[in-house]
Amino acid sequence: MTEKENERNVVIPGEVIASGDDYLPGEGTEKRNKEIVSLIFGLAEEAGKLIKVIPLSGVYEPRRGNVIIGRVENLTFNGWIINISSSVGGFLSLMEVPRYINKDDLAEVMDIGDMVVAKVWSVKRKGIDLTLKSKGLGKLEDGMIIQINSKKVPRVIGKEGSMVSMIKDETKCNITVGQNGLIWISGDKIEDELLAKDAIMFVAQRSFVHGLTDKVKEWFEDKKGERK
Amino acid sequence: MTTFKRPDGRKIDETREMEAKVGVIPNADGSAMFRFGDTIAIAAVYGPKEMHPQHQQNPEKGVLRCTYNMLSFSVTERIRPGPSRRSSEISKITEWALSPVVMIDNFPNTVVDVHINIIQANASTRCAGINAAALALAHAGIPMKDLVSSVSIGKLDKQLVVDLIKEEEDWEEGEGATDIPITMTSNGEKLTHIQLDGKISGKQLKEAVELARKATKNIYEIQKKALKESLEKKE
Repeated sequence: MTEKENERNVVIPGEVIASGDDYLPGEGTEKRNKEIVSLIFGLAEEAGKLIKVIPLSGVYEPRRGNVIIGRVENLTFNGWIINISSSVGGFLSLMEVPRYINKDDLAEVMDIGDMVVAKVWSVKRKGIDLTLKSKGLGKLEDGMIIQINSKKVPRVIGKEGSMVSMIKDETKCNITVGQNGLIWISGDKIEDELLAKDAIMFVAQRSFVHGLTDKVKEWFEDKKGERK
Repeated sequence: MTTFKRPDGRKIDETREMEAKVGVIPNADGSAMFRFGDTIAIAAVYGPKEMHPQHQQNPEKGVLRCTYNMLSFSVTERIRPGPSRRSSEISKITEWALSPVVMIDNFPNTVVDVHINIIQANASTRCAGINAAALALAHAGIPMKDLVSSVSIGKLDKQLVVDLIKEEEDWEEGEGATDIPITMTSNGEKLTHIQLDGKISGKQLKEAVELARKATKNIYEIQKKALKESLEKKE
């Protein structure tokens, strides 16, 4: 096997990543007769003894504490059903919305088709519960929403938010990245929003490239040159 | 039996020219194309997503649902579009060929939809379909124990050959033609699907499986290359 420090190899399901007792199987891998075998198509990464595979595609798998963006799909007597573009549906209870609500008219607060930023409160077998009781959560009023693959979200955010804060600075837009792959962009001018959208799409397409932050910086400089 | 000649001049253990490509349908969660000579299959994978109709949901594990379809223009004489007895059989067979490797037990009440379309056909369509579907599932990020590769083995009179074409399927000399599509995991260790249409002795069937083992190894290499190259291309 050809592993080097910090080098990522593309692996496919059933491929042996490493053999021997020295390794532990991490996410996306399985141990089969002393061999660590990949279960998904992605990039294999070694962290000490642990080997894991970073997925490149697939639907969003909700985790507790994730901030997501969803679309109101239906109203019930005690809350909202939210589509979070996952394999399970989301439910936002009345109790989890920190404002006065007239129980007879839920649509006044959020109606079908409204987009909302929410946090995953609990993940259950059949569906997940959402909450709005935290900072920066609530219904989205303006701006635009784009969708990327949820597995590419960590790249768009970058290390400690470096990527998204750079895009924010360069475009002067407000950006909220939902862990489910939906991204809300809001700026003063539509041109700024479109620039931010292009930048995010640029990142999402090259999610496996090393030193991406520098490349995006160059990309922004090119774009600025074109404008002038 | 070195004198045996195939209609297109191939060796008895030679498949047609193969080609595989991943990511051919941008809107799908995963997609792939697989080609055996003139036979072209495209597969699109959607999911895991909520299963509809609801009564088909399984609260214990996820469900794999395959749909095989031959497009009306895929053969010289137009075939009636829409589901048929043949297409529902192949859909079910594809499901059985793939389900031993697909690990969707952790997605209860959901379905993984695999749509296979044959856009051009010259025999071995189910094999091309299964190969494309395996690639598309991997491309969709669905956990799998292994990839599967499928090939058809034929018996023309008494001679075993790999990867039949239409002309060979209609072989009439001697004992006629026997068609045996076989699907195997990457190392040829496990057989996930085998069908038999015709007559064959037990001994020859074993030989046929050995031939398939060799052929699926080559197919696996092509599938592997397609998946790995789908990333390099973008850089």
